[in-house]
Amino acid sequence: MSATPAIELSGIHKSFGNVHAVRGVSLRVEQAAVTGIVGENGAGKSTLMSILYGLYHADAGEIRIGGQAVRMDSPHAAIARGIGMVHQHFMLVDTFTVLENVVLGAEGGALLAGGLATARAELARLAREYGLAVDPDARIADLSVGEQQRVEILKVLYRGARILILDEPSAVLTPQETDQLFRILGTLGERGVTIVLITHKLREIMAVTDHVYVMRQGEIVADRATAETSAEELAELMVGRKVRLQLDKASATAGGEVLLKAEHLGLVDRRGVRLLDDVGLEVRGGEIVGIAGVSGNGQTELLQVLSGIRAPTGGTLTVCGRRIDARHPCDPAEMRGLGVAHVPEDRLRQGMVAAFRAAETSILGYQEEPPFCRNYLLDGPAVGAHCASLMERFDVRPRAPALRSSSFSGGNQQKLVLAREMAREPRVLLVGQPTRGVDIGAIEFIHRELVRSRDKGCAVLVVSVELDEILSLADRILVMFAGRIVGEVAAGRADERTLGLMMAGASA
Amino acid sequence: MSAPRRPLPGWAEIAVLPLVNIALAFVTVGVIVRIIGVDPLHALRLLVVGALGSSESIGYTLYYTTNFIFTGLAVAVAFHGGLFNIGGEGQAYIGGLGCGLAILALDRVLPAWAMIPLAIVAAALFGAAWAAVPAWLQAWRGSHIVITTIMFNFLASALMVYLMVNVLIAPGSMTPQSRPFTAAGKLPSMHELLAGLGIQVAPSALNLSIVLAVLCCVGVWVFLWHTPWGYALRTMGHNPDAAIYAGTNLRNMTMLAMCLSGGLAGFVGVNELMGVHQRIVLDFPAGYGFAGIAVALMGRSHPLGIALAALLFGALQQGGAELAFEVPAINREMVVVIQGLVILFSGALVNLPRPWLQWLLALVPSRKGQGP
Repeated sequence: MSATPAIELSGIHKSFGNVHAVRGVSLRVEQAAVTGIVGENGAGKSTLMSILYGLYHADAGEIRIGGQAVRMDSPHAAIARGIGMVHQHFMLVDTFTVLENVVLGAEGGALLAGGLATARAELARLAREYGLAVDPDARIADLSVGEQQRVEILKVLYRGARILILDEPSAVLTPQETDQLFRILGTLGERGVTIVLITHKLREIMAVTDHVYVMRQGEIVADRATAETSAEELAELMVGRKVRLQLDKASATAGGEVLLKAEHLGLVDRRGVRLLDDVGLEVRGGEIVGIAGVSGNGQTELLQVLSGIRAPTGGTLTVCGRRIDARHPCDPAEMRGLGVAHVPEDRLRQGMVAAFRAAETSILGYQEEPPFCRNYLLDGPAVGAHCASLMERFDVRPRAPALRSSSFSGGNQQKLVLAREMAREPRVLLVGQPTRGVDIGAIEFIHRELVRSRDKGCAVLVVSVELDEILSLADRILVMFAGRIVGEVAAGRADERTLGLMMAGASA
Repeated sequence: MSAPRRPLPGWAEIAVLPLVNIALAFVTVGVIVRIIGVDPLHALRLLVVGALGSSESIGYTLYYTTNFIFTGLAVAVAFHGGLFNIGGEGQAYIGGLGCGLAILALDRVLPAWAMIPLAIVAAALFGAAWAAVPAWLQAWRGSHIVITTIMFNFLASALMVYLMVNVLIAPGSMTPQSRPFTAAGKLPSMHELLAGLGIQVAPSALNLSIVLAVLCCVGVWVFLWHTPWGYALRTMGHNPDAAIYAGTNLRNMTMLAMCLSGGLAGFVGVNELMGVHQRIVLDFPAGYGFAGIAVALMGRSHPLGIALAALLFGALQQGGAELAFEVPAINREMVVVIQGLVILFSGALVNLPRPWLQWLLALVPSRKGQGP
């Protein structure tokens, strides 16, 4: 390896109050290589990178960039040293064009025209050199998520970054977009850009990195050349114990009652766009039905209709014996009354209130039910005790019902929402993206809990864009494409290739 | 972008920050008072003595405080639901109309024990009705509530002028005011009540409404944090998507929040008309509705904070009036400037001293680790 590493961190410490988030971390990032940092949610990966990018100031330790000791007291200092960061949540102005977003903050003069012309030329050069083709005049709002991410990368390169930090870049991408991203990262690496990839997805680490550091509880616990390790070993290092990536479960006990049934279900939005088209499905008690599909093919809308958030515009839905159609809608509160629990896809936006205490979040949707509500008043101690028991059962950390929901790490927020919905022993359980944003130790747990609900006779419907998850979890698999159910496969006979073809719209 | 600092601890956020804001406001006021040639310390002493120096001045301070509590709570309830009710002024006005109409219709028939509760309910209902229209327009028609509530202030004002000049004016009167209420429509004043208990205090405008205000504080606290509907209301305010997910009907909840808000604002009419004027008069809300926004902001939309902020505003109102009376160089307008500065510093510039405070606290070595 080359003599001077691109980045060298030694003995970095960082505490927030009494939480010791980063404990004496030392690592080297080689030039023109892809270095991965993996770890569970809350392991300190993002904090470490924020220190490197000048967003936080380390309590102790040294940062060397290209062999030189530097003080990172602001992102400006980081940018000046050629470090660029691509955040998980994009920082783009939706109504601006790609070009305008790229020059934003680096306009180069009081008049835009001159700056824009040079930027256009520079953008074309970057696109050629790194294979990052994006139409400079397209509006951000019109671009796909994958293209928006490319704009973020272009923005960083435009500012002269030679070191690129990507924080969970694939969290918002479809599998295809992720593959494209990896190709781009490969090209960038070949052209001498140093890349630091933060993720908790092992598949990505194995696919693109040259070297990987594993973090656990604020410390680097392992340091491997990617070629010399395996996903299983990394998973074990991350969690600190053996993890089974494969779920073993007994096959479903067939013949339960049909608890959820959709016939010719349709949803047309105000602009006349057909979001759901003639959807028919049945879920029996005691089985898990998986809905596979590339995201954006109607799965979100299907969950909204099944959970009562939106009323269908056509067809009928029968939930635990109750008929629901366009003229007889059923709101989410009534659905809960029928025994339907819903774990929303976007748990942080829909499933909880960031400003609420965890105890308050733990009764969202059930606030009018006993034992939480008695004589028209909320029973604070009962709510707190309920939250504490959920936290115990689902291992939510820290076990602090009085803490604000937003103070929990992402994975623990997810677990709290899952716990709330699953603990009510519903008759029908709708789960959107059960393990999105959840770390690997929790995935195993959540899958087991879903199977346990099934075995108790619950009708479970799982929507997921992770094909592996559908394959390991579902007893029957339905594939959605363009708002329709395009195929059904029994779990035993499904494989990634046939499902993939169906997901892409080719008939089965 | 600056480096994020450690957030302030709770006690500093709740207790120290508002005090620093008020102190900053008073320093600025001091500079202005100095410029117009008055000794700031002398003025401050007059202000404080004027607000709190005697049982009479305390009575008036609390009487003003009562109004600020009602309008502050009104703004806060709507705000917890994510709704910015700028219409407190109009809702207070129409609330007063409701209570006045009830009394004018029935005060010769009903005894005080029946008349007073009925008039209070009428005030709440009329205030709520005036808020319900903008709420309905937002919930069903998508008209922005900020715009419509502002417009409804003007409508209320115009309506009241029309009614007072053409309909409710006492026969033979030259001023636009109704006939006086009979004794049945009079809310007992505090000095009379206390005299009945053997406690002698100087007469002031302070009346039984302050008890209603305190009850409202407790009621709002219980509603927001201890009932499922308050829970749903706060959910809607923080995260409408989560509220929909939870099964809350946002339209109904918008109506509920605004009706409660308007009802609370309507109680200003109880304090002013039943407690003080004893008849329907023009312009009695006198800006309390608007000041309620600042009170709620300063009180962090919490009933206890609102009560404290209302007390400060009441003291400024009363002390300011005394100050204007005593010092010729300081007139009514100057007092408004002082109030405005307090609102500016504790409302709009509430975050100004936060970084300084964080920096100061970071200097104090804590056992939990080094600050940034």
